[in-house]
Amino acid sequence: MKRIISVLSLRAKRSNPLSHLKTSFLAALILLVTTLLASCAPVDLNPPVPVYDTGVDPNAWVQIPAGEFYFGQHNEIETTDAYEIMVTDVTVAQYVDFLNAALADGTVKISGEYAVGFYPGDPFHGKKHELRIDPGDYPFVPLNDPASRFTFDGQHFAVRPGWENHPMTNVSWFGAWAYCGYYGWRLPTELEWEKAARGKDTRPFPWGEEITRQHANFYASRDPFEDMSSYGSLTTPVGFYNGKSYDGFQTVNAASPYGLYDMAGNVWQWVGDVQPQEGFSDRLMHGGSRNTYDMDLRIWVRNSAPPMYYGPAVGFRCGR
Amino acid sequence: MQFLKSRFNYLFTTTKGLILVAIAMIALETAIWGMLSGPMAEMGVREIVIKALGMKIVQAEREGRIIILYHSIAMAVVAIETYMITGLLTMREFYKKAVRVLITVGYLMAMIFGMGFAYFGHNWAFHGLYITGLALIFFAGVLLTIALNPWDPAYRLPSPAGRGAGGEGDYARTQSGIDLERAAFFTTALTTVISAIFGAVPGSYFGNGFEVFLAENIIRLPEKTTMEYSVIGHLHIMLALIAIMITLIIGRWLNFRGLLHKIAMPLMILGCIVLNLGVWGVVTPLEPVAHMIIYVGATPSMLAALLLLIWSWSTLIKEGTAHLARPTFLQKLGALLRDPLKFGPTWQMLFMNFTTSGVGIFMAIKLDDIFRLWPAREERIELTGHWHALSAIIATIILMYYGDMIGLKGKIRQVYGWAIIFLSDIALGAVTVFEMKRLFISEAEQQPLVNGLMYAIDSGLGMLLLLLAIVMVWRLIDLFKPKGRWTEEATHELAEEVAK
Repeated sequence: MKRIISVLSLRAKRSNPLSHLKTSFLAALILLVTTLLASCAPVDLNPPVPVYDTGVDPNAWVQIPAGEFYFGQHNEIETTDAYEIMVTDVTVAQYVDFLNAALADGTVKISGEYAVGFYPGDPFHGKKHELRIDPGDYPFVPLNDPASRFTFDGQHFAVRPGWENHPMTNVSWFGAWAYCGYYGWRLPTELEWEKAARGKDTRPFPWGEEITRQHANFYASRDPFEDMSSYGSLTTPVGFYNGKSYDGFQTVNAASPYGLYDMAGNVWQWVGDVQPQEGFSDRLMHGGSRNTYDMDLRIWVRNSAPPMYYGPAVGFRCGR
Repeated sequence: MQFLKSRFNYLFTTTKGLILVAIAMIALETAIWGMLSGPMAEMGVREIVIKALGMKIVQAEREGRIIILYHSIAMAVVAIETYMITGLLTMREFYKKAVRVLITVGYLMAMIFGMGFAYFGHNWAFHGLYITGLALIFFAGVLLTIALNPWDPAYRLPSPAGRGAGGEGDYARTQSGIDLERAAFFTTALTTVISAIFGAVPGSYFGNGFEVFLAENIIRLPEKTTMEYSVIGHLHIMLALIAIMITLIIGRWLNFRGLLHKIAMPLMILGCIVLNLGVWGVVTPLEPVAHMIIYVGATPSMLAALLLLIWSWSTLIKEGTAHLARPTFLQKLGALLRDPLKFGPTWQMLFMNFTTSGVGIFMAIKLDDIFRLWPAREERIELTGHWHALSAIIATIILMYYGDMIGLKGKIRQVYGWAIIFLSDIALGAVTVFEMKRLFISEAEQQPLVNGLMYAIDSGLGMLLLLLAIVMVWRLIDLFKPKGRWTEEATHELAEEVAK
């Protein structure tokens, strides 16, 4: 032992700046390599997931009365007419039914890697960063994205087993707009969406003032559809946070004052406003998602993306 | 009583004591409020801290809280830079004292009462005291600008004739003897004071009704009000000015001089003025071309920083190989790296091009082709990551100068310096990859990469904070010693320790 200590102290005495650098560099390199190796693990994009019946009917609608409500973070008073809105997000099963029906009657076509359909275009003002969206066919859903919860065999769309009652994702704003329009409905406006989520008071979340992991599906909320060491946070079935217990995971009934589910978390929801500001070609989304922190689940928080964007954490519901 | 008086005098009347207090305040605030976000929030630590400290968190006020948090930390950083400037540059004693008193009282009031107001219920007296603190800092800035007046005959540099290397003739000056380095400090101070108004006016406007917003959340909206543009301009320019000021401070500490100094200082002045004009132009009809003016202004400023880097590295190499007749490449490299506290600041400036400038330029060039095709939240991550990285780099440069200031020597100096460089660069490199991850990985597949990056970020920053905590505890223990290091520090001014 004495010999080891003397050798070490001798080395220390002889050490020069480069040897310090070398040691530090090696330590940093080991850390970096470990990190990179851990980061290269492949992800199963369609892992086996538990199947739960939440008991919430995705075909249900709710009536929202006409009148004033508090809009936005700073509680501006706004008004809407009376309207109806879906109680849940559109599910994968509902959207697949639409795709098959619309493919059969020609509303939806297959073009390359996408199911596409006609959109009449946006007004164009030539503003900085404005996207030109002329009348034409636009992508509704990608056909071969492994993160999609449906498959396409060249003629027919089908739901991946287990995902039937999950919110439809990987759908563009055009695809959401087309779904609602196909049945004679429409996407809710931003005002309608916020009113349906908030009711008549100034609450930040659909269920009230505070958020816990039992209220909604958000990043690291530890629900049964989450594995942060591999695939991360997946969607939960629509209406999951309704007070039921799922294999020991107890939820809180997180419905909005008007009885809507998943108005915070799970998936961002497209709203229907086109060019709310002149030259703003993005489409707005609300509600936060399974992949965002709780702060993004506050009712007034906006996200936006071009209407052709689709992602595994973006869905929608319809209004009428 | 004498025990307390002597420590108080050290902490609140000497340059190094004042800097120590400000670093300790930032460290304390970072330690507490850092537990409200990031991995601590996911682990449930946030809720414990909120309950334990009795914080009152209102969801709708998150943006307002964050703005006060950023300001309270930024004010302490501005105070540290001010202490450094007043310690490094000659100025009349009245101004030196007045500036220090005002900014010390100001940042402590802004920090204590601002955070008290934001996180512990709305005590309106606290809000008033917070605003008073900010106003005092502004006034300190005005006085500092006056104190730095480069046209004052007392601060002119004499003719270079007859002076040797390292003499005043080696520094940038005009024909009439105006010290251009002082002019650069003056320009930066002056433009900082003016740019503060661009935050103060909309701050008063929005704060009156508390309609606060974070700039990154409205970045895509094509229609912004003048007040909103003013806030966006303010936050961009203030951080840039803090970065310019620390570059000048590091140059002074290292005794930047010679031909490159003579080229760099006019560039710094020009860049600073044009950069500010561009940012101020955001609130004028010049808005459509403001970005172009900003790029034009940023170029000479960054070029000046590059010249400092070249000079500093070549000086380190020359000094480290002076005893060798024909040094090899490795010997030169060894000389360059032998003192991490002298090498580190300029290295961090270079590294900044990877984490901040490079990312920013790439985003600007590819904005419509790539970044605006993604959701706005992705862009938010890029924007906030971008300026968090710049802020952290500035903090590491300050810490390295502080390490030299307190006389770290030998192995401790090596460990302290290299730990700051490696830990921060690993963390900030990971932040940069995190910002840009959508370029090479889809949202569905990102989790393992995100985990890996988070380990790198959290462990890097965590260990850096631990290092800072060790230094702070050491300094605290030192204060209890009758002949501690603090007694020595109290008698040395920064200007005396400038490299020869």
